[in-house]
Amino acid sequence: MHKPSEPEKTERRDFLKTACCVALGGALAAVPTAAGVGMYLDPLLRGSSGGTAGLKVRVTTLDSLPADGTPRQFKVLASHVDAWTKSPDTAIGAVVMVRTSDAQKPVKAYNVACPHAGCFVEYVEKIPDFTPDTPGYFCPCHNSSFKLDGQIARAGSPAPRGLDELDCFVQNGNEVWVTYQNFQAGTAEKVPLGA
Amino acid sequence: MIKPLFDWLDQRTGYRKLTHEALYENVPGGARWRYVWGSTLTFALIIQVITGIVLWTAYSASAQTSWESVHYIQDDMFLGWFVRGLHHFTAQAMIVLLVLHLMQVLIDGAYKAPRELNLWTGLILLLLVLGLSLTGYLLPWDQKGYWASRVVTNIAGITPIIGHDLQKLTVGGGDFGTPTLTRFLAFHAGVLPGLILVLIVGHIYLFRRHGITPKKPYKNVDAAFWPDQVLKDAVACLAVLAAVLFFVLRYHGADLGAPANPAEPFDAARPEWYFLFLYQFLKYFPGETEIWGAIIIPTLIVGFLFVMPFLGRWKLGHRFNIGLVCALLAGAVLLTYLALNEDRHNDRYQVAVEQADQAAERVRFLAQANGGIPPDGALALLANDPLTQGPKLFAANCASCHRYGGTDGMGVKLDDAKATASDLKGFASRTWLAGLLNPATVAGTHYFGGTKFKDDKMVGFVQDTLKNLSADKKAQVDKIIAAVSAEAHLPAQQAADQADAAKIAEGRQLLRTEISCVDCHQFQQPDAGATAPDLTGYGSRDWLVSFLDDPAHPRFYGKDNDRMPSFGKTDRLSAHDIGLLADWLRGDWATPKAEK
Repeated sequence: MHKPSEPEKTERRDFLKTACCVALGGALAAVPTAAGVGMYLDPLLRGSSGGTAGLKVRVTTLDSLPADGTPRQFKVLASHVDAWTKSPDTAIGAVVMVRTSDAQKPVKAYNVACPHAGCFVEYVEKIPDFTPDTPGYFCPCHNSSFKLDGQIARAGSPAPRGLDELDCFVQNGNEVWVTYQNFQAGTAEKVPLGA
Repeated sequence: MIKPLFDWLDQRTGYRKLTHEALYENVPGGARWRYVWGSTLTFALIIQVITGIVLWTAYSASAQTSWESVHYIQDDMFLGWFVRGLHHFTAQAMIVLLVLHLMQVLIDGAYKAPRELNLWTGLILLLLVLGLSLTGYLLPWDQKGYWASRVVTNIAGITPIIGHDLQKLTVGGGDFGTPTLTRFLAFHAGVLPGLILVLIVGHIYLFRRHGITPKKPYKNVDAAFWPDQVLKDAVACLAVLAAVLFFVLRYHGADLGAPANPAEPFDAARPEWYFLFLYQFLKYFPGETEIWGAIIIPTLIVGFLFVMPFLGRWKLGHRFNIGLVCALLAGAVLLTYLALNEDRHNDRYQVAVEQADQAAERVRFLAQANGGIPPDGALALLANDPLTQGPKLFAANCASCHRYGGTDGMGVKLDDAKATASDLKGFASRTWLAGLLNPATVAGTHYFGGTKFKDDKMVGFVQDTLKNLSADKKAQVDKIIAAVSAEAHLPAQQAADQADAAKIAEGRQLLRTEISCVDCHQFQQPDAGATAPDLTGYGSRDWLVSFLDDPAHPRFYGKDNDRMPSFGKTDRLSAHDIGLLADWLRGDWATPKAEK
């Protein structure tokens, strides 16, 4: 049987020591690192919108909307949770609403967040850099423009899709409600957030 | 006495060798101005660390306290504005200095082997400083920082595969809020400065290891870093400081906009000037090509900067590097110019900037006037301020029929001819009532011209009875005007109402007797037969609130009401909003003393 010589023994012992040091050091570093990273990932484990995704909110009354189809903007008020702070009746976003001639669906609603990068679009009587002269929506950040039906107007608009239409219904005769929802900006697909 | 003490210290620390190495590095060809940029950047960083730590001692990161604490720093704390200004403008100076430093390194070839790592650590430092700038922009939690940062995190969200999670981790959830601020602060004041300090030590170590890259031909004989180069560096630092101080004093610290409001669009949202080129660049990428403008092309450019040392091995490669970087810089300058130029000719943008400035000034005044900010934060001050909310409520609810000084209340001119109801600027004031009782104007667009009362009793009465009056009668009408207007208790007329108490008392008599307003209007005594709006308390807060609640109430127009909606009764406006609208129409809001 081969009997290990002294240097060989030392070498093996040193290797073992090195291996132990690496393992120990790794374990020592892993605990705080893993705990820290884990806590930092906390937002991924939560819903996205302070519990407001898909919330049904009463926004206005039917007679507040001009019958000629001129859009009006409304704040969407709901109770909102920001980390530990719960605020009742906080503006969680805004919508534009338009009266239609369709008796089945008398109101259309769009989220005002521009699908490009999330700035608020605004109603304009004349869409800039667009012919023919027509009213629509315009984003003051990167100049995306949309027609009244939410479709992209100017062909070079940076927005990848039209304005996000929201589900909207009339209740108790006169009340206009909306199912509020935000969507991922910057994608052609309309991806709901906070599901 | 002193020498033994230093000997003792040196024995234990070896500081003499260290200082000698630090100060007596050889500078081939002697000290030159072109070598100062690294030192100016170190100096700028020291300013940022000092001012940053002090700002940190006064800053409170949360959606209800961030703006508020920055306002306190800027407007209340001793030297707060100055320290904040130093921090703000030195950050901008750093960007300029970084570009100058990079250009000098590039032109002198100081990035080539064996100095690849000098360049790479430098480039990482550059990116980290840009990271500081992005995270710092949000911390005041004003409208500008809030909306610009939302755009940035939304752009991060389009990164393939990890984008959505990356965005959520950066924002600390789905929406901007307190976790966004605590996270941004941790990066701005902890993670990024920590990395920067480590990298700067590495960067300077590498620089000393390889020595300066002298520009040939040498102008002078070799010299030591101390004192020649140090002196030049110090003068350059002084110039940087002077430039920063100029801006700090000129702008009295740094700008602080109105507090962030997720429900209030901000048409003037723009990034800091040194990101404007990227902002402008994005406008040219329609639809899903955005990722090219926002991520792919910028990444390729940074990637190119990293591989420059390999290209620079050949003379042509070196020239290519310089040429491309110059071209990129020129492109950035051009895009910045285009962005600025577009905004200069954009009326909407100009109006938005002006409104943003006014809102910022207003909320800062309210905070002072209120003697502090309520625990809900400064937004609560704005939400309860008639001067802030009134115009918006008017534009949204009233301006389709009424005018306010010919505008929609927000300052946008509207066609008077299309008005179908009165112009309410100065409603119930003596001037306003004088116009109403003037035969020449009563049926004009400012009063009944657009309404169904155009040919009705009141107009007829004014046009027939009040025309060609004798001086005596005119004086009587004046007294009646003063009396009815006094019912409103308008803040702007307080002094006049007090001074004219006798005239007002006479006017009250006259409107019952000589010119019998009470034939149609109710005044001070219940009158079941009244057919026109009640003149008791006409234009007062109570009167206006009740009127807005239900103008078709028998006390006002009753069944004769034209198209005026019953805003309160039909739930179109909350009692809070009606109160704000009434206060605004009456000019009843907190004002700075000087304006009164």
